[in-house]
Amino acid sequence: MQMIEVQNLNVTFGRGRNELRAVRDVSFHIAKGESFGLVGESGSGKSTVLRAISRLTRDWTGTIKVNGAELSYRRDKATARRMQMVFQDPYGSLHPRHTINDILMEPLEIHRMDRREERVLKALDEVGLEVGLRFRYPYQISGGQRQRIAIARALILEPEIMLLDEPTSALDVSVQAEILNLLKRLQRDRGLTYLMVSHNLAVVAHMCGRVAVMNRGRFAEELTTDQLRSATPSEDYTRQLLSASGRYDRDTAKSFVSFE
Amino acid sequence: MTALLSVKDLQVTFDTHRGPVHAVRGVSFDLGRERLGIVGESGSGKSQTGRALLRLSAGNGRITADRMEFDGIDLMKASERDMRKIRGARISMIMQDPRYSLNPVVKVGDQITEAFLIHSKATKREARERAMEMLATVQIREPEKVYEMYPHQVSGGMGQRVMIAMMLIPNPDIIIADEPTSALDVTVQMQVLALLDDMVRDRGMGLILISHDLNLVASFCDRVLVMYAGQVMEVIEAGNLHDAQHPYTKGLLSCVPELQHPQDMLPVLKRDANWLTPLGDAND
Repeated sequence: MQMIEVQNLNVTFGRGRNELRAVRDVSFHIAKGESFGLVGESGSGKSTVLRAISRLTRDWTGTIKVNGAELSYRRDKATARRMQMVFQDPYGSLHPRHTINDILMEPLEIHRMDRREERVLKALDEVGLEVGLRFRYPYQISGGQRQRIAIARALILEPEIMLLDEPTSALDVSVQAEILNLLKRLQRDRGLTYLMVSHNLAVVAHMCGRVAVMNRGRFAEELTTDQLRSATPSEDYTRQLLSASGRYDRDTAKSFVSFE
Repeated sequence: MTALLSVKDLQVTFDTHRGPVHAVRGVSFDLGRERLGIVGESGSGKSQTGRALLRLSAGNGRITADRMEFDGIDLMKASERDMRKIRGARISMIMQDPRYSLNPVVKVGDQITEAFLIHSKATKREARERAMEMLATVQIREPEKVYEMYPHQVSGGMGQRVMIAMMLIPNPDIIIADEPTSALDVTVQMQVLALLDDMVRDRGMGLILISHDLNLVASFCDRVLVMYAGQVMEVIEAGNLHDAQHPYTKGLLSCVPELQHPQDMLPVLKRDANWLTPLGDAND
């Protein structure tokens, strides 16, 4: 069964001379419990795909289905509860004047859920945070702890889908490892469906079974992680992205071309 | 190898309302005409080390060192006036994000020209010509066009090339690059590194590359200092990265997901309280 189905998604910002086609004719589907990755360079449209699916932007056309039901431009509560997002920057995505408790309580209040106290404590426990942090403010905890709070806030509504927008790129590699492990464990325990955006090929390959490489709003190529690992992508763009990942090599760097 | 820069027992301490914070604790190294990497996590003191070399620590910071010598000049004793002659002209610094380190209301070309004029007696016209040459050197295709642009009109990679042009135009002996490529896409990152590589090779500069990315730095530099909690844990010849001895270095290396070595769960870095104890003279 498909959890997410996207058909001919187009996102266009601006009009006339300033028109920018951020996403062009993108189609993909993600099965229940699967992880799908979007990789690409800045401006390739990968985050915009997430913003369209979560309807944070209205400038899209095409079909987006979640669990078989087609989404409209309006953000409805039922879909919002099902599908939660974790953003890149744990410094910018938590309200600085709200305590951790406020941050975790808010979605429960919006969705009129019961046993709020119990749910907050459980959410903290699930992301590996001490109960003692509950009444602290975001500035009093580390970046890694903040990202755990962002994940707890998403999980507390018991969603089926998590949209992950560069969830570890603002973190040190040691903290990144902890967060990636946490996300993997949560997915297994709860059968979550992940749609993950990252510029880091190795991170996406670690988390996802299938990956789409984006360039200038289009899918350059969709491939399995195994194809990515064995370096058999069919597109030159993907090959160049692969060779730029990880290690510096003078000759490789000199050979790069730009893809229009 | 004759050292361009020699640092012994560098300490940087910040006085805060909660008492002193020791950001850098006893860092020592020599820099020749080579590429030296300083790697560590956030808060490890790597950027503060770079800033202290130019005495650019924040107002509440205190710098002490047994020795901090550049080309026969004692940087600890140099007057503020002398330091101004060194900063930019002889030791310059490239910051992380061109969007925040370029002046948003001045054309990029004029910013490069200004960097040249401050340290030379050339005329404006000569400076402009030099700036054009410099833009070409950093592989900007249409220098005349880019010269007239404002920072918001250039891409991240181009902005960083402009920064590099600005830092190179006085022809310094040492460049301190603090995360010069972290805000850039991977392909652009490699191209900017290749440019710095050329500068070190062609002009015989010393380069200090500060970064959080151990694998990247090791593939680029000749030598890497690994920092933790203000101290140098280990110095590695870049080619021997995988023979690293210190558990911290090993931990940092193993927790990065690698495309070619899939694993189900990533090993997590276990921090040892012993890494915080002062090393004394152990890292000489």
